[in-house]
Amino acid sequence: MVCESWKEKLDTYLDGEVPEKEMRTFDAHVRNCPSCSADALARVQMKRAIQVAGKRFTPSAEFRKRMQQNIAPRRERSFRLGWMLATAAAIILVVGSLTSAYLGIRSGRDLASRDHVYSEVADLHVATLASSSPVDVISTDRHTVKPWFQGKIPFAFNLPELQDSGFSLLGGRMTYLDQTPGAHLIYEVRKHRISVFVFQERSLPARLDNNFLSPKELQFNMETWSQGGLRYFVIGDASAPDIDSLAKLLKAAS
Amino acid sequence: MFYYVDVSGAELQPDSFEELAMPLFDQLYNFAHWLTQNREEAEDLVQETYAKALKGFSSFQLGTNFRAWIYRILRNTFLTSRTGLKATMTVPLEPEEDGPELAVEQATPETILFERANREVLQSAIDNLPVYFREILLLCEVEEMSYQEISETLSVPIGTVMSRLSRARKTLRDRLRPQVQAGSGTAAMAKGTNHGL
Repeated sequence: MVCESWKEKLDTYLDGEVPEKEMRTFDAHVRNCPSCSADALARVQMKRAIQVAGKRFTPSAEFRKRMQQNIAPRRERSFRLGWMLATAAAIILVVGSLTSAYLGIRSGRDLASRDHVYSEVADLHVATLASSSPVDVISTDRHTVKPWFQGKIPFAFNLPELQDSGFSLLGGRMTYLDQTPGAHLIYEVRKHRISVFVFQERSLPARLDNNFLSPKELQFNMETWSQGGLRYFVIGDASAPDIDSLAKLLKAAS
Repeated sequence: MFYYVDVSGAELQPDSFEELAMPLFDQLYNFAHWLTQNREEAEDLVQETYAKALKGFSSFQLGTNFRAWIYRILRNTFLTSRTGLKATMTVPLEPEEDGPELAVEQATPETILFERANREVLQSAIDNLPVYFREILLLCEVEEMSYQEISETLSVPIGTVMSRLSRARKTLRDRLRPQVQAGSGTAAMAKGTNHGL
């Protein structure tokens, strides 16, 4: 078939993605070839039909309003956060000037980046608990939950034996932190749900401290540590001793 | 249309995020609904996308394509959701680079089909495409993204964009052909998906 080579590129041509020089040659051919011109017409009709049919769903006015409100308060929060960061940075500067000989000076950028990670982890925890389907693998058995992550995340980790600990495993799901894939496990203790996040330390955007103290505005208790190249976060509204107990169980298992 | 941030050298502020992101709201919602095939899930997906995008806005690279960036966040969020995992795990991935595109057969169903202007048949056929065909077709035809933008959004090479797009179109044509030949003109291919709006 004479036109086969043209037709192979017909879609690319109609998408406007062939080089300009080739485009002119294509134009000339399509104008003079009845077969290609009929085919091009049919494909253009298909493109237009998909374009029309594809614009199918419209968000409700209520949802639009809700989203606009969601963004606006965040802006205010960011503003407040900016003040808090500024205050924190000022304190660090004062303390740092006295102790910089021993501790060095940490840049504001690192601080903001760390703050971003902690804030993101808290958001992931809240968003998951608010979801109607918080876990993708539902099981209390660590031997079911752990293998579920195989092939989904680029690392492996161990889960603790929970017998007589008061904790129970509810399940797990995949998660992302700044495009870094990780594991999200959900535990329960006395009706309090606790999230455990595991990421590869080297993939995270900031170097994090192990002795993290939960800011009061977080309303959560959190512990984080690095072990075997993995960064663990344990976060929830359970008491600090409960968070610590679960963290110890995880550390012992790893 | 391109959405590039032209504030080079300036610090990105939440104000600029709102200015860039809200004009894409309708399009993102439409795309999310096509992916999730459910209104509530589409709303959750858009909400989570905006939350993540706002959080990560400071890491957005100036001079790069904002639209491709936020669509990529939406898609990644979808792929890690329950529905996304199900959609991608139940459909076997086909090899991407499978030689040259096939020339379309002469007897194409497009003209007959669209003379009948049967939008529902087409919507139903798109709905029933595997998610990786559905998304690329929508990004190209509905969002009118260039191959480069699609490549950035899906994080695949341009060659893969071309071959996947070609196979998506061929699959759609193949699925429409029996509909046209049967002259059914009805959404017989629909499988009870939820499009309540």
